Amino acid sequence: MKARLAVLAPAWAWLLLFVAAPAGILAAIAFAEADPGIPPFRLALSGIGFATLAEDTYYLEAFGTALRVAGITAGLCLLLGYPMAMAIARARPGRRVLLLALLMLPFWTGFLLRVGAWIGLLRDQGWINGVLLALGMTEAPLHLLYTEGAMLAGMVHAYLPFAVLPLFAALVRLDPTLVEAAEDLGARPAVAFLTVTLPVTAPAAAAAFLLVFIPAAGEFVIPELMGPPEAQLVGRVLWQEFFQNRDWPVAAALAVVLLVLLLAPIRLFQRLEARP
Amino acid sequence: MLRRLLPLLALLLAPASVAAQERVLNVYNWSDYIDPAVVERFTRETGIRVRYDVYDSLETLEGRLSAGRSGYDLIVPTSEPTFARLLRAGALLPLDRARIPNWGNLDPTLMARVAVIDPGNRHGAIYLWGTVGLGIRPDLVRAALPGVALDSLDILMKPENARRLARCGIMVMDSPTDVLPSVLRWLGRDPNGHSDADHRAAEAALRAIRPHVRAIVPSSAILDALATGEACVALTYSGDVIQAATRAREANRGVEVGYVMPREGAQLWFDLMAIPADAPNPEAAHAFINFLLQPDVMAAITNQVRYPNAVPTSRPMVAAAVRDDRNVFPDDAALARTFVAGTPPREAERARTRLWSRFKAGR
Repeated sequence: MKARLAVLAPAWAWLLLFVAAPAGILAAIAFAEADPGIPPFRLALSGIGFATLAEDTYYLEAFGTALRVAGITAGLCLLLGYPMAMAIARARPGRRVLLLALLMLPFWTGFLLRVGAWIGLLRDQGWINGVLLALGMTEAPLHLLYTEGAMLAGMVHAYLPFAVLPLFAALVRLDPTLVEAAEDLGARPAVAFLTVTLPVTAPAAAAAFLLVFIPAAGEFVIPELMGPPEAQLVGRVLWQEFFQNRDWPVAAALAVVLLVLLLAPIRLFQRLEARP
Repeated sequence: MLRRLLPLLALLLAPASVAAQERVLNVYNWSDYIDPAVVERFTRETGIRVRYDVYDSLETLEGRLSAGRSGYDLIVPTSEPTFARLLRAGALLPLDRARIPNWGNLDPTLMARVAVIDPGNRHGAIYLWGTVGLGIRPDLVRAALPGVALDSLDILMKPENARRLARCGIMVMDSPTDVLPSVLRWLGRDPNGHSDADHRAAEAALRAIRPHVRAIVPSSAILDALATGEACVALTYSGDVIQAATRAREANRGVEVGYVMPREGAQLWFDLMAIPADAPNPEAAHAFINFLLQPDVMAAITNQVRYPNAVPTSRPMVAAAVRDDRNVFPDDAALARTFVAGTPPREAERARTRLWSRFKAGR
């Protein structure tokens, strides 16, 4: 019993210090009153922050936009991630390591650096427009940056490994004789994928979806640097409340609501994990 | 508990509160906003080591300061909104003029205009200043708007003009405090009007051009877009336009950038040297302010970053190209038409931010 406690103590301490305590501070600020001062709030049980969120549909729309963008990002990551994960899982074991390393390699460079690279590619005077103009495929530069497409490209690129890794883990464990049996019985590869591979790896796919969806819903940097001005996601609205309005209670209330909204999919994720 | 935890966290993140004893000055200034040689000279002359940190938005500065115990000794907030808000929050130390003998070098006319925000000029000395106006590519704008005089906000704010400029790229800096007063002035209203009617009028004017605006981004991104030729009209800070013009010339890709100071009257802004109330080393900060207010030091800074300073005796040492540029140093007539934005009441501030969000969202 004592040994068990000793083993778990660091984990509990970690959770307490870096999950429970910040969440508690956040909740306390969310219920506080904004006040010009340092720090810019006065502790109280006012709930003005939450009331502000309920009064203005602007916030509701921000949540809607964030969930929609996160959903599309996660869906695209699955569509791209499945074939990638399958290719890696079916490669020779020696080569798998190389392929996984290639997948992870861009992930090791700085996040902002990668966003900067996208901006360099997509801007009016960027590489893509340079090639298109040189080939005579367009007369004037295409406006690629600051569009929804640019934002989604950046998000999918940033989160793709989160989708590929769980899919790979499931696909590599998949008994290849199952697919072979289906094909022996006359199923075309597409049918075999839909009737055998997909059902067996469905929990991993759901996990992959959620691993992308949850962080993407709170994303701030990519929409801010690459997205169109109308893409006001929760992350951007939270930033405005915190920095421009200097209204920490409203900003904290937004974060608390987002956390609660994301608890539902996290619960779902845990259920899937628990399945054998 | 919380009140005790927050400063603790801030302390962990602070750059150097511990190192205060070893004659270190922690400066937090805008990026690309000084001549590096000046900082070296200060260390040579005083033996005070300078830890120089930069921000590229006022929000970053204010966020760091708001948590308390930032560890900085000298900051350079813009008069409105950040300096005004920090002042109201009691976050700034009154300056001790006995320790700033060069205070007399400051232009009294300009300092008087700052006094609107800082009564008696007790907390801030002008570092650099400028106006808000339009960065344009004259060739493209002239081609799109034949016969339109390039001296007014009409270029951007008249919907028929904006429509014709949409193709070559319109950008607006993402800062309600720096944009709304100019819009109100263009509408013939009080730039410091905070009534519902003022807000409605400004919003209607902004919405009318919204479909033609490509990006509403921080001023640093606009500087970039102007320099590369991605924007042909952008509402932003004068100095950024002048820096963009220099960069465009250096890149030598045929991009020419010009600045339009609106004839309706431009918004004046001041970046003020100030000392946080909890600065670990206020003595060194005073010494640095005094050092910077020397004419030759200020001239070097203006030559480097191309923003005007507030030390008139530095003018003879400023490079002619900068000194004679009416966009850098507006003449008295143009200066007389400028206005200083005041601090809106808290409720108006929220209404303004909301208006701005609706403008950005285009709804």
